[in-house]
Amino acid sequence: MSDVVEKTLTALPSLLSLDSQPGSAKLSSTSKLGNLIRGITELTSKHEEEKLIQRELASIKEQVSSPNTSMRQMKELMVRAIYCESLGYEASFSYIHAIKLAQQGTVLEKRVGYLAVSLFLNESHELLLLLVNTVLKDLQSTNLIEVCMALTVVSQMFPKDMIPAILPLVEEKLNHPKEIIRRKAVLALYKFYLIAPNQVQHIHNKFRKALCDKDPGVMTASLHIYLQMIQENPEGYKDLTASFVTILKQVVGGKLPMDFNYHSVPAPWLQIQLLRILSLLGKNDQSTSEIMYEVLDESLRRAEMNHNITYAILYECVKCIYTIHPKSDLLEKAAKCIGNFVLSPKINLKYLGLKALTYVVQQDPKLALQHQMTIIECLDHPDLIIKRETLELLFRITNAQNVTVIVEKMLEFLHSNTDDYTTIDLVGKVAELAEKYAPGNEWFIETMNTVFSVGGDMMQPDIPNSFLKLLSEGFDTVEEDRKLRLFAVDSYVSLLQGEPGKLPQRFLQVISWVLGEYSHLREELEPATVMRLLAKLLDMKQTSSETKSWVLLAMTKLVRAGQVFQSAQEVSETYGSSMDTVLRQRAQELQHLSQDCELRARVLPQDAGLEPLEVDSSLSFLDGFVSEALAAGAAPYKPPHQRQEELAQAKALSLEPYGLSLPISMSSCSIADRQSPTLLSMSSGLSGDSTDLSHKGSSTTLKLDGVKRVWGREGYLAQREAVEEAAQVEVPSPLRSPSQQAEADSSHSQTPTPTPTPEPDQEKQQLASSLFFGLSSQSSVCLMGKSEPTPQRFRRKAKGQASSSGAAEQISNSLVSAPSAVDNFLCNNLLDSNITSQVGISSSEQTSELSQGPATTNGTCDTEAESTDGDIKGSNPSLIIGDNGLVAADPTPHKDPGSPKDFCLSSHLPAELSELCRSEITPLCSNQSLGLSACHVHKEDSLVLVVFITNSSDAAIRQILLDLDSEQLQVSCVSDSPVEDVTSHSVAMHQFSLTVKRPSVHVEVVGMVSYQLPVGTPQEVQFSYKLPLTSFIRPLTVSTEEYGTMWLSFSHDTKQNLTLISDGEEPLTATLNVLKEKLQLHIVEIIGMEGIIACQLLRDQPCLMHCRVHADVLAVWLRSPVPDLPDCLIYHCQRALQEH
Amino acid sequence: MQFMLLFSRQGKLRLQKWYVPLSDKEKKKITRELVQTVLARKPKMCSFLEWRDLKIVYKRYASLYFCCAIEDQDNELITLEIIHRYVELLDKYFGSVCELDIIFNFEKAYFILDEFLLGGEAQETSKKNVLKAIEQADLLQEVSNTGLHPESFVNPSCV
Repeated sequence: MSDVVEKTLTALPSLLSLDSQPGSAKLSSTSKLGNLIRGITELTSKHEEEKLIQRELASIKEQVSSPNTSMRQMKELMVRAIYCESLGYEASFSYIHAIKLAQQGTVLEKRVGYLAVSLFLNESHELLLLLVNTVLKDLQSTNLIEVCMALTVVSQMFPKDMIPAILPLVEEKLNHPKEIIRRKAVLALYKFYLIAPNQVQHIHNKFRKALCDKDPGVMTASLHIYLQMIQENPEGYKDLTASFVTILKQVVGGKLPMDFNYHSVPAPWLQIQLLRILSLLGKNDQSTSEIMYEVLDESLRRAEMNHNITYAILYECVKCIYTIHPKSDLLEKAAKCIGNFVLSPKINLKYLGLKALTYVVQQDPKLALQHQMTIIECLDHPDLIIKRETLELLFRITNAQNVTVIVEKMLEFLHSNTDDYTTIDLVGKVAELAEKYAPGNEWFIETMNTVFSVGGDMMQPDIPNSFLKLLSEGFDTVEEDRKLRLFAVDSYVSLLQGEPGKLPQRFLQVISWVLGEYSHLREELEPATVMRLLAKLLDMKQTSSETKSWVLLAMTKLVRAGQVFQSAQEVSETYGSSMDTVLRQRAQELQHLSQDCELRARVLPQDAGLEPLEVDSSLSFLDGFVSEALAAGAAPYKPPHQRQEELAQAKALSLEPYGLSLPISMSSCSIADRQSPTLLSMSSGLSGDSTDLSHKGSSTTLKLDGVKRVWGREGYLAQREAVEEAAQVEVPSPLRSPSQQAEADSSHSQTPTPTPTPEPDQEKQQLASSLFFGLSSQSSVCLMGKSEPTPQRFRRKAKGQASSSGAAEQISNSLVSAPSAVDNFLCNNLLDSNITSQVGISSSEQTSELSQGPATTNGTCDTEAESTDGDIKGSNPSLIIGDNGLVAADPTPHKDPGSPKDFCLSSHLPAELSELCRSEITPLCSNQSLGLSACHVHKEDSLVLVVFITNSSDAAIRQILLDLDSEQLQVSCVSDSPVEDVTSHSVAMHQFSLTVKRPSVHVEVVGMVSYQLPVGTPQEVQFSYKLPLTSFIRPLTVSTEEYGTMWLSFSHDTKQNLTLISDGEEPLTATLNVLKEKLQLHIVEIIGMEGIIACQLLRDQPCLMHCRVHADVLAVWLRSPVPDLPDCLIYHCQRALQEH
Repeated sequence: MQFMLLFSRQGKLRLQKWYVPLSDKEKKKITRELVQTVLARKPKMCSFLEWRDLKIVYKRYASLYFCCAIEDQDNELITLEIIHRYVELLDKYFGSVCELDIIFNFEKAYFILDEFLLGGEAQETSKKNVLKAIEQADLLQEVSNTGLHPESFVNPSCV
């Protein structure tokens, strides 16, 4: 290095003063940049700086656009432009010149050009397209530095669509003799993998080569890709576990060159990367975990030195040990490690120790117990970050015994906190804890009051919603509910009598609803008083109109009492002419309902929470009105999506003139044909518009929906859920018998001893005992419920679980491990069906077989059942595709029982479905009493998901509710009256129709089934079902002309090269036939070396494909009106061809 | 890693590298708020922050703050060492680096960063290799300045 500096310095005299040099800040300060920088530092005001920079930018602008500026000067100008941009002034005029500099400059000018580009532009900037050619040229350059620069810029940003253009060149670089080039090429591919995974699908085996590269740097780079791929699909890379372990062993053993040491620790970055990969591979997988125990132990042992970097490795080791299948002596060592972190005087380590504790506390609550005094100290730490992390830890160990103390600490923190993000987060947590563990009514209401006033209008909207739900549904005895409501009313009345102006809007909304609904419970409270308090809210100028409509609604309920008629009239008059339509609506309601008590009693019955409200969602009572209107000549109603489609078609019309100039033959008659329906739809589009308008009017009513929902919904929901979850917030943990309590007490009288504080003061001791109370007794429960915390979205529903944590079952699919009754049951049928393996058995016979099944449980089949279980929960795309491929390739009815369990459940398929092509029946989840399996059936115009619910217990299961949801799919129930009860040892079936909302390579449905056994609390089981997009693909039969016009009107496209298949036949035809068979595409026409294909995604989402044979590859171009559909489809085409 | 910022004790931004696509407006907002938050922290406080939904790791060297935003599963301590290694590289290259070196030669600082971190991941952790790569490019600068065509200078063995 020093040579170089020397060389550079000796070369200086020959350089222009423009060039800044390393190690010579003073020299460069004479340059123009130096002048600029010094000029700025001398300025005193922001205003002066702005003036100076504007002047500078003007001069740069003038120079860059002058034709006489040389590339060298350009380079200098670019540096100045970068400087101005980094100060926050826009210099967009220079972007194009940066690209030009990268294109035309010599190597060092190019370097600045590329740097400027990477700083100025981001991935989606359109100018980036201009860089593609430069990159292409530089990748092919013989100058290694140019290649390096091109690879560097590519791995930072590259337009996604242009990846195919440079991909072959980058791939080629993987074989380059220089390791620096190989390394950069691997990182470029990593970047491509991140932004467009399907583009690099075909080079996965090259990644393996990079992993085996003799240069450790290249190998390290390839781990980035592996980490990403394993994160997405751990099942696919289990075979590499041993290799990763070997690499880690070598690294830990110091086998790498000294260059890779960092503060005499061998390649720490590499170690951490490997540990992360191992933890992903070993998660929930005992046999894979066993391979790594030894090396983990070794890593723990080696990392002894007292340096940050060894702690980094230790921390990652600990995380890994707690993630993979547990091994007791490793856990012990890891726990000790965490202890060292927590007790460390270094604040960073302490923080990470707390984090690690938070991570493991569910598995090992005793660990928190060991460190309770440290945790208490951290609660009062001056650094808010430490405090915050401690609260997070406490949140995880909260139970019914320590909830008051922990919530108090959290609220204390909230009061002093100023950061919105933290407030939102903590407020949610407090609300969750309060709902789960509240020890009493008063405490609950008061805590929620604080939540509402502190959380203000930032908090998640589901907090007030579920609070009101809880209040209206009640959760305990009628008397307790009444007390709770009464207490809420009292509390709110006194709040309103204070200073309501300070309360957040959301809180005011909650208050108005509660007063409207329940103030009558307090008999001595005059409705007029409440009315006055509410009217005061209306008069405050900071009250939002949303809140006002809540207030009006509350008043409408209050007029029940009759005495307040006068003031109600006044209010409704004031707001009857409001500009806000929702408010006006509410005011009208108030007016009418206050006059008509009969109607009021029907609309707003008192104590409606107890009466189920029947909602006619089909609006059948309007049928008469509709038919009358139709008879009078009104246009029939069209749903919004249909209207939109027609509008889109109308838009497509405008493209016609351009279409005509294109070579696709289009007879005039076909235009006429097309035009007439379009014209028609135009006119109907107009009428559609008018409905749209009214729709817009009602879009403000959307808000009104929000208001209404609370009381409108309650009846409906109460009916559904009140039974489902007899939420008992106050019931103490059933596990705690007095003797256990004594045990718990004794255990923490012991635990403080190992803490380092010699004389912990009384107060802290006391706090500790209240915080960690009940923790030790709960430990057994927690160990059972090891796993992740309950997912947030199931939080509300799971509140019943809290009270009976031991009994409640929360089985998420990934956790199903014990061979349960359903597995046995399925296996039994394997035996049964062996005896009666004919296909044509009547279904009644099958049912009887089924019901006999579980009576003869057979343990020997467990392993088999488990392995299939594993297949499904592992999200291995190839497996899923494999089984889909099977279905698609064999379009004849799927009569052949793929597996015995498939066979026995399949007999439950309704006749109209059993003849159709479908997937294998796969178990979703199961427990002692009930099992869920599912398959999807390919109907011509839809995809039906059939879910089988098998009752394997001896008693009937009642109130079964199946709830499906999906990010990518629209799920609707097919059966009109879903089965709610399943008698003992029988099977019920639910059908759902699926359509794609948002295309994705694989789509997933997550679901939850809740049910009630004859005894015990309501139960819930979660599951997920994954299916490939190809299940939704159907052929689209169009003529070549139609194809031509459609092609022009679609806006989303993608291009890709596919491999050709040549087994005897003509390659193009052979390849297209494979695609046709596997993916159900429709081949429109094959002309010479080109072919056009059409398909549709259910329903009516077309995708067109244009293929041309080019050398020995098939260049494919896909177009569709649906974003992402082309990308997903090309992925499946690749897979289909690969598997062929 | 999502981004790296270098700023002075006065809150002046010295270097910024973004590894996630964000609009300029967002970048400015994040920078402004984050600089404020970090500067408000006392010297003995923890180097890690949970800020909005990001994990922030920062460290102060003399008058400069180095600040990285990392993903949730990333290791905080190793990120501190990434910062440290970057400082070591700068130090080696500039010869006991100071803030002025970075101000006046910010493009060099960027080059070194790009050679060390690529696309937000540690690319080359061997100090020798990073500096070698930078030297190669700098050497070219010298050669081309003295009139030789770079193409003729480069032969594969020297890179």
